[in-house]
Amino acid sequence: MNKLFLVATAATLTAHSAVADVKVGMITTLSGGGAGLGIDVRDGFMLAIEQSGRDDIEVVIEDDQRKPDIAVQLSDKMIQSERVDVMTGIIWSNLAMAVVPAAVNQDVFYLSPNAGPSQLAGQGCHQNYFNVAWQNDNLHEAAGAYANSVGYENSFIMAPNYPAGTDALTGYKRFFEGELAAEVYTQLGQTDYAAEIAQIRASDADSVFFFLPGGMGISFLKQYADSGIDLPVVGPAFSFDQGILQAVGDAALGVVNTSQWNKDIDNPTNAAFVASFQATYGRLPSLYASQGFDTANLLVSALETADPSDADAFRDALRAADFDSTRGDFSFGPNHHPIQTIYAREVIKEGDVFTNRIIGTALEGHSDAYAAECKM
Amino acid sequence: MKLDERVINGLMIVGLLALPLWAVVVDEPFTITLVTRAVILALAAVGLNIILGFGGMVSFGHAAFFGIGGYAMGILAYHAQTYTALDLGFASFGGTKTMPLIWLTAMVFSALVALLIGLLSLRTSGVYFIMITLAFGQMFFYFAISWSQYGGEDGLSIYIRNDFPGLNTLVPIQFFAICFTVLCVVLFLVARLRASPFGLALNAARQSTIRVETMGMDPMRLKLVAFVLSGAVTGLAGALFADLNRFVSPSMFSWQMSGELIVLIIIGGVGRLMGPVVGACVFVALEHFLGGLTDFWHIYLGVILLCIVLFARGGLLGLLTGKEGAHV
Amino acid sequence: MSSILILEQILNGLQFGVMLFLMAAGLTLIFGVMGLINLAHGSLYMVGAFATAAVAGATGSFFLGLVAALAAAALAGAIIEIVVIRRLYKAPHLDQVLATFALILIFSEGTRWVFGSFPLFLDIPDAISGPVTLPGGIEYPLYRLTLIGIGLAVAAGLWLLIERTRLGVQIRAGENDREMIAALGVDISKLYTLVFALGAALAGLAGGLVGAIQSVQIGMGEPVLILAFVVIVIGGIGSVRGAFVGAILVGLTDTLGGVFLPELFKLFMENGAAQKSGAAVASMSVYVLMCLVLIWRPTGLFGVRA
Repeated sequence: MNKLFLVATAATLTAHSAVADVKVGMITTLSGGGAGLGIDVRDGFMLAIEQSGRDDIEVVIEDDQRKPDIAVQLSDKMIQSERVDVMTGIIWSNLAMAVVPAAVNQDVFYLSPNAGPSQLAGQGCHQNYFNVAWQNDNLHEAAGAYANSVGYENSFIMAPNYPAGTDALTGYKRFFEGELAAEVYTQLGQTDYAAEIAQIRASDADSVFFFLPGGMGISFLKQYADSGIDLPVVGPAFSFDQGILQAVGDAALGVVNTSQWNKDIDNPTNAAFVASFQATYGRLPSLYASQGFDTANLLVSALETADPSDADAFRDALRAADFDSTRGDFSFGPNHHPIQTIYAREVIKEGDVFTNRIIGTALEGHSDAYAAECKM
Repeated sequence: MKLDERVINGLMIVGLLALPLWAVVVDEPFTITLVTRAVILALAAVGLNIILGFGGMVSFGHAAFFGIGGYAMGILAYHAQTYTALDLGFASFGGTKTMPLIWLTAMVFSALVALLIGLLSLRTSGVYFIMITLAFGQMFFYFAISWSQYGGEDGLSIYIRNDFPGLNTLVPIQFFAICFTVLCVVLFLVARLRASPFGLALNAARQSTIRVETMGMDPMRLKLVAFVLSGAVTGLAGALFADLNRFVSPSMFSWQMSGELIVLIIIGGVGRLMGPVVGACVFVALEHFLGGLTDFWHIYLGVILLCIVLFARGGLLGLLTGKEGAHV
Repeated sequence: MSSILILEQILNGLQFGVMLFLMAAGLTLIFGVMGLINLAHGSLYMVGAFATAAVAGATGSFFLGLVAALAAAALAGAIIEIVVIRRLYKAPHLDQVLATFALILIFSEGTRWVFGSFPLFLDIPDAISGPVTLPGGIEYPLYRLTLIGIGLAVAAGLWLLIERTRLGVQIRAGENDREMIAALGVDISKLYTLVFALGAALAGLAGGLVGAIQSVQIGMGEPVLILAFVVIVIGGIGSVRGAFVGAILVGLTDTLGGVFLPELFKLFMENGAAQKSGAAVASMSVYVLMCLVLIWRPTGLFGVRA
């Protein structure tokens, strides 16, 4: 879990001391409230690195504590001191915006396993920046498409008052064709949604869409379930991932959420991934873990044909994305964001464990709304 | 081991200069960045120490000035780098990327806000003062989060460091030189202030307001002036911090940041000239080295801080010099 | 904006306020009697919530979970009082701030070390879940009504304790003049430990109760801590009555502000902007309220005049 451990492991695994050919710098959130996501990404990434069998990849992992200034400092350290070739790991869009533009301008490749801010997909796109997960709006757009497909006509939509929240509602509205009963912005970090739930009750909505990551989503779902309101709920996977579901419990059953990945996607890579993740770490993987896994495999696949020291060749190898993804076929659009299928999945209970099950496809072959603005 | 405070101060200055120079020699640019971060945080804490250490006012909202300085830099540089005009309604002008101008703006705005906050808060004292300053800090924090024009919670990225005439500020050692010089100048000025009639009166006001009044001085005015100066210095540090990270975000306004500034002063020694500097260096070093040892390093940091409070009253400088300095 | 919605929001504000009171009461007692600023109060809230989640998860009984919350928080409070806090009574406020700040770090990461980084599961017991119909046609969650009830009961119990019992007399006397009651033979250190543990238990109870409808996660106590400080400042430090009034005021301001300010802004702004600006101002409203109170009465509503 830290540099010393990894280098020691690498040294013991090889008969002779191996000089690391490729250095990867991973900056992610490993402490504090949002640590679950960073830990998942790291675990997925390292599982793939281990399974690749390569001993020439050295991964330096640091904790950004979800603080932008620490992330920038770590990024400086990775580039100036560790001299990494590739960087990855950042979970949150605000930290990504602080780190990525400077990093890619210093000739470092950045592979994002999570954060996909619109600035980096459109005007701010860069040839060294690749996003393996999604563009932030994607899962919300899919939710809007799903709402159309099941005939919702009047949605109550809600998100916190910060850029990712605004993007969420924008994405939903971009695809949803019905009316909006209300568009509510809550406070970041708000824990009591009694007021908003009262508003839902008083409105004439036929469905509820919300984006409330982390603890906010847990609070809202519990309070919503307790209120007795029966309206169907749709949301992106961020409030329904494997880590959070256990904390929400029955309150989440039946909720439909959109995601580009689920453990029951039917291909051999995914089946092997879920099984090995569970065997190695003792828990089911979440979509964040799958994103970390795919990012590492993308990297390894590019290393098969090129070396980061030859930037153009390496970039082309990354663009080719010739690896087996847990999502099946994988390809990048011209702005280095994935073109992929987004599924609708439902929260169910399997034995003692809460998890998700795919019930349909929301969007197919979907890129993102900002690709046209990218001048690459 | 009892040392003279002035010897320690001198050693600190020399050490702060020597470490980055050594880093240039062995080509470790990250060490320079680390020391620069310590120097800037030290500057912010020096600002707070003017009212906390010398004046006895515990402000739990000093992050407000830190953030104002940072956002002054962020907004000006943003308009400069995107070639858009900053429209104030009655006047409109392009931004600027020259450091001296940015520093001036940061300090002026911080001073103005400090004047306002001071007028409202200095009527209270003790824990009420702590809380009302906290409240102002929180107000700025929530305002910055909702200010979507300048990034809101995501913050603002400034892609290139600002310019200083005659230097290439992107080179770590040169930027460090700028920050270090600013710190030394401010420390010199603060030392003069402390020894001046104003400083002595402020110290007296900390100990007994009534006596100061009987001497014919207005303690409220003394404290207000000190508060404004304090805000301006911390604002300057904020602008430098934003420049170091090439990034501004509402987290610069958070109460955790205010708490961190207080912690820096206490670690070093309250009311001592170089207390904040010692505290900042120790804190940054701990953050860096402990963080590499374990994921749960906050526990060790907490234990160390506890030990300092319980057993090293007067901070590290108090421990080294053998006498406790000023108390609040 | 129907009257049912308004009534429901008022109830919500009351419930929020009453839970804040549990936190604020302990905080104000600790400051009033011992003169100590306790930043670690939020951590005790978190300990209570985690204890409830752990015990309720293991035994299936929410009630047992609450008992565990009281016990765990009181125990944690007593331990830190004896080990750390005791040395800080004579120390300047600054040292108290730093020491209790350090405790926050230790508690947060310690809890993460024991329980992991993911939030824990805690749910409302089935018996008190779901809505009930109140006179007037309002559908309101039964659990929230229970919370209001528990909060009011605790307030009454505290009042009884302080006004009618021997311990209460000692507490009131201690707030007035510490040295005198020591001189009169009261065992100060035992009294302090007791008061600290009592405050801690109240915080733990709040954590367990609120954790059932919110998220039980690391750092959950910090936002509540800040609000609790705002409450005791508004109410006047050391006054439990002030804490109650302050808590209700803050609860109502925060809830009603969040609902009505966007509506107010909609009168002269377009919908999306009004929503966002309204939400922004609502988040500042509690602090503005505190500033106004302090400017009018520098020691709070029921505080001792300087």
